[in-house]
Amino acid sequence: MLNWLPENISTYGAEIDSLFYVIYYITLVTFILVAAAMVIFLIKYRHREGHQAKYTHGHTGLEITWTAITTIVMLGFGLMSAPLWSKIKQDVPPYDIQVQVTGKQFNWEVLYPGPDETFGTEDDVQLENMVHVPVNKVVRVILTSKDVIHSFFVPVLRLKQDMLPGRKIDAWFEATKPGRYEIPCAELCGFGHSGMLGYLIVHTDEDYQAWVNETWPEHVSEMKAELDQGSES
Amino acid sequence: MAEVTATEDKHEVHTHAEQGFVSTYIFSTDHKMIAKQFLFLGLLMMILGGGLALMMRWQLGYPEQPLPLIGVSQEFLETDEPKTAMDKMWQEWDEEGSENWLVETMPYGVMTAAFYNMLFTMHATIMIFFVIMPILVGCFGNFLIPLMLGARDMAFPKLNMYSFWVGAVSAIVMLAGFFVAGGHAATGWTAYAPLSSDPTWTGVDWGQNLWCISIIILAISSMMGAINYITTVINMRAPGMTLMRMPLVIWSLFIVAILLLLALPVLTSALALLLLDRMAGTSFFSPAGGGEPLLWQHLFWFFGHPEVYVLIVPAMGMTSDILSVFSRKPVFGYHAMVYAMVSIAFLGWVVWGHHMFMSGMNPALGMAFMLSTMVIAVPSAIKTFNWLGTLWGGAIRFTTPMLNALAFVAMFVIGGLSGIHMAITPVDIFIHDTYYIVAHIHYVVFGGSIFGMFAGLYFWFPKMFGRVLNESLGKIHFWLTFLFFNCTFIPMHILGVGGHMRRIYNPMQYEFLQSLQPINVFITVSAFCLGAAQLVIIFNFCWSLYRGKKAERNPWQANTLEWGAESPPPHGNWGDTIPTVYRRPYEYSSPEVTEDWLPQDRLLEPATASAGSE
Repeated sequence: MLNWLPENISTYGAEIDSLFYVIYYITLVTFILVAAAMVIFLIKYRHREGHQAKYTHGHTGLEITWTAITTIVMLGFGLMSAPLWSKIKQDVPPYDIQVQVTGKQFNWEVLYPGPDETFGTEDDVQLENMVHVPVNKVVRVILTSKDVIHSFFVPVLRLKQDMLPGRKIDAWFEATKPGRYEIPCAELCGFGHSGMLGYLIVHTDEDYQAWVNETWPEHVSEMKAELDQGSES
Repeated sequence: MAEVTATEDKHEVHTHAEQGFVSTYIFSTDHKMIAKQFLFLGLLMMILGGGLALMMRWQLGYPEQPLPLIGVSQEFLETDEPKTAMDKMWQEWDEEGSENWLVETMPYGVMTAAFYNMLFTMHATIMIFFVIMPILVGCFGNFLIPLMLGARDMAFPKLNMYSFWVGAVSAIVMLAGFFVAGGHAATGWTAYAPLSSDPTWTGVDWGQNLWCISIIILAISSMMGAINYITTVINMRAPGMTLMRMPLVIWSLFIVAILLLLALPVLTSALALLLLDRMAGTSFFSPAGGGEPLLWQHLFWFFGHPEVYVLIVPAMGMTSDILSVFSRKPVFGYHAMVYAMVSIAFLGWVVWGHHMFMSGMNPALGMAFMLSTMVIAVPSAIKTFNWLGTLWGGAIRFTTPMLNALAFVAMFVIGGLSGIHMAITPVDIFIHDTYYIVAHIHYVVFGGSIFGMFAGLYFWFPKMFGRVLNESLGKIHFWLTFLFFNCTFIPMHILGVGGHMRRIYNPMQYEFLQSLQPINVFITVSAFCLGAAQLVIIFNFCWSLYRGKKAERNPWQANTLEWGAESPPPHGNWGDTIPTVYRRPYEYSSPEVTEDWLPQDRLLEPATASAGSE
């Protein structure tokens, strides 16, 4: 079943996948054991003439054993996965670039802080549905929404985070392979939820610089022109 | 207490003969009639809920193609020449500029995205609130609690009647929502705010309002039922029926009633806040007015998780009983089974956050909820092992109820194990809101609750209606359902692992999902077969109701009290004297007697009577 997983291109994605493998195999073995026990019992203890069922109300030792083993395994699972969870969701590492993505029915608004690296200034660069990032760089993504709850889902990055109106939530990733990948919305957000789709473009370093040079100044000058017009009229 | 009710109820038995049609069949206060009313309500709604699911599956298997039967033909789409009657109908409507319900929801038989959102919302709403709850809790709770405890009726028979009829009003309000302008609720059964709290985000106005109102009314109905169940279990047990001699199904229903009593007020108040947001301009859940969207999720799941146990725990109880009867063996670890259900009910209050790992809730809380969720897996595992222990060393009879109960155990194991994946927070990052979740919930609620419900229906049908469901048809129905259930829901795990989001209208809109489309087609075909297989039980049910073999008192040779009553039991259940209980409910193959069952109310010679009792 596991080769159905989409390609992974993020630094922490491989760890998620291997945790998935470990749990998958442990639960699979558990299922096979339980199912096998069940099938064996059903065959061995099927009703036959002259055969009587064992009269027993249980076995305290057995019951304590399986309760203890299950408790240890379950808590072990929990403790095993705790570090990865805090790595992905709690401890955002120092970032190289940052971008703000705002969900709105039914698009992603992508905002770059521009050359001054500060949001809310006039050199901010806004795009629709396209997130451009350099490869092998830590990207901080600030997620928010304008209307309802959306969920920023990048399958290849193993990244998912709901976006809430009125809150800014930090997420991060580091992509390891250039390419063009899909960013669907994963939380029902209205009749256009299906098909609410953006793209993550992972560039090599040179390509990213080229993209910045090509996109940012032009956009900034346009904005400046608009502002000048606005002050004239 | 029991003696007082006994004398009072004798009086009731005598007046019963004078009751007319209306008070016997419609506004009845007899717990058995009310149970049947809940059963019929649930079964009718199940046909509707299943139909909605099949329409959904059509759209996912064959996205944006005309529906069979009511859609236009392929030739018409290609040539614009009307061929079938449906082609002509749609063409006429188009020419007239007609604005009927069909034109708005599925022009030319192709459903719109908004209609699709309504489908999955209402499929879940109906299956959870109007099928599983009425049948597992309403029907089996009402039928079994007095009969298995040796009471003549519920503690509050009138309240019981109101409970059903208030529930029926709620169902009518819910159904009315399909016909209002703007369509029915379309925000998922979880109705996440602010999507659900402001009509402008969905275009759905009265649909969502009626949805809220209907569930508030249903909650009132369930509250009445819960109070009744709790009171009956505490006060109306026959002499000798100690708590630890109660059948596990009664324990499960008792626990569920307590869960409902505590959880429903949270839901009702949350729905009231939602209605105020929608209709009175408040902003409890809207950040624009200072509200908090996550508040809805916390309130909803604080109700919602105990609700999940409301759906599964009665099926666990029924399965325990049925496994014991047909293994001809006492339940393995009765006390552990009781304590496991009690701890599930307690822990069920501290795991709601596991639905919200990706919601933006503080990630540190995610860690806490992961651990509590891991802990709640332990009592579920205990129950599974005890079920296996019950089979071990038995003399197993493969009747239809037994097959369904065995399927319950197997499917519940799959649902439980897949639950571990999503409880592990880092793994949940990827599979949250995908078809993995859809597969999981259906293994628990269909593979679990519905197989449990079928098991209970085949098992207690003789007691309810005095006739036996046909065993051959029952087995055909079981094997078809079991096969197509797995064909439908196992592949959904694969879709989830592939990243297929839930609640999307057209998977073909995404490049990364296009290679998975053959799986969607396979699921759709299997789902239609699964739906068709249910025709067998519908026929079996209707046919056996009138033509089935007459049931004796105790067709399964079972121990619990209800099998000592006539089939079906008369008004007041027990003739002149109510039964006295001498032992625990699962004394099968006891060395004390030559036959392999020993009813709870059979008095043995004093020398041996103490063995097997508490």
